[in-house]
Amino acid sequence: MNVLEFSALVGLGSVLAGFLGALTGLGGGVVVVPMLALLFHVDIRYAIGASLVSVIATSSGAAAAYVREGYSNIRIGMFLETATTVGALTGAAIALHVSGNAIAIVFGLVLLYSAYLSSRHREEHGTQLQSSKLAEKLRLGGTYPTPGGKQSYNVTGVPAGYGLMYVAGVLSGLLGIGSGAVKVLAMDQAMKIPFKVSTTTSNFMIGVTAAASAGLYLNRGYISPGIAMPVMLGVLAGSMIGAKVLVRAKVTVLRYLFAVAVVALGIEMIVNGVKGRL
Amino acid sequence: MSPKNWNDQRIEVIIGTLLRTGVILAATVVLFGGALYLVRYGHEAANYATFHGEPESLKSVSDIVHGSLGGSALAIIQLGLLLLIATPVARVVFSAIAFAIEHDSMYVVITLIVLGVLLYSLLASG
Repeated sequence: MNVLEFSALVGLGSVLAGFLGALTGLGGGVVVVPMLALLFHVDIRYAIGASLVSVIATSSGAAAAYVREGYSNIRIGMFLETATTVGALTGAAIALHVSGNAIAIVFGLVLLYSAYLSSRHREEHGTQLQSSKLAEKLRLGGTYPTPGGKQSYNVTGVPAGYGLMYVAGVLSGLLGIGSGAVKVLAMDQAMKIPFKVSTTTSNFMIGVTAAASAGLYLNRGYISPGIAMPVMLGVLAGSMIGAKVLVRAKVTVLRYLFAVAVVALGIEMIVNGVKGRL
Repeated sequence: MSPKNWNDQRIEVIIGTLLRTGVILAATVVLFGGALYLVRYGHEAANYATFHGEPESLKSVSDIVHGSLGGSALAIIQLGLLLLIATPVARVVFSAIAFAIEHDSMYVVITLIVLGVLLYSLLASG
């Protein structure tokens, strides 16, 4: 395969990954890394570096829209970023010292868990709960727009959410993904933040988290311009198309198919990792 | 500007614009470098199966800037990626300034911690 063919095929695959990632809310990273490693036989560390860069692009692009609509909570985001960025550095440091096969196995497990999370029924919790003392001190509560005007909300479970955010950061730095699923879990489930605020604030945080590990990958030589170029441009284009389609289409069937694909990729990554092929 | 006009809503609008501009700028630079790269090296063999690390010239901030000015296609792509990584960093810098104008010292400190981690990652040499 020459450089032109490689760039075209990886670019096309990345458009598809970005498209599906935007539609399902899982992000393009979870598909890009297995695609590069399994299909194009790219070394998994190069794959992770390229994916991290694409994660920054899509998250910043989407966050730009959400922030202006007033859903994201900048204080919650900034406070929790102290956990995710330190976690991301930890994850990147681990990635530089363990084998590609070990990374592949962890990646596979995270894919299976993400598929499980995205298929689960979600219950909206009430907004009437009492803020915890710590949340009050950090002024984490806020308001978000609803059809009936501004709705205020309180925040609780700060230590548990903070711990989960550190884990999300480690996974992001180790695997080159946005870890949106774990971030939402931390805010929505542990801290009882309204779902819409959780997902948009998570998106807002993903860019900063990925930037923390991307810097380390870059100056250790793990970001290869020849791979990152088609991946970044492809995922960005795909996610922009996906975001446009999302507002118009019913995506239940697609979401289901994507969950099946993610499970298949997860098993494939684990098998290849265990057999020592990556 | 008085802190009253400088509310969270306004900060959010500016952050949105900042992020969008950063991504567009970075994508344009990567696209330009990528086109140069494909025209010059499109017919060479692609081999990324084994990790050998990128050369020194594509790793550090100052070398990437130098290489781009010299017209190296790979360095220009890398410069675009660097701009992309710098976009969330710029957002954090701006947030620190905004919290300072709001006299919110607790969040200025929190934001500076995040900024410190980001700069360490980007500038720490291996």
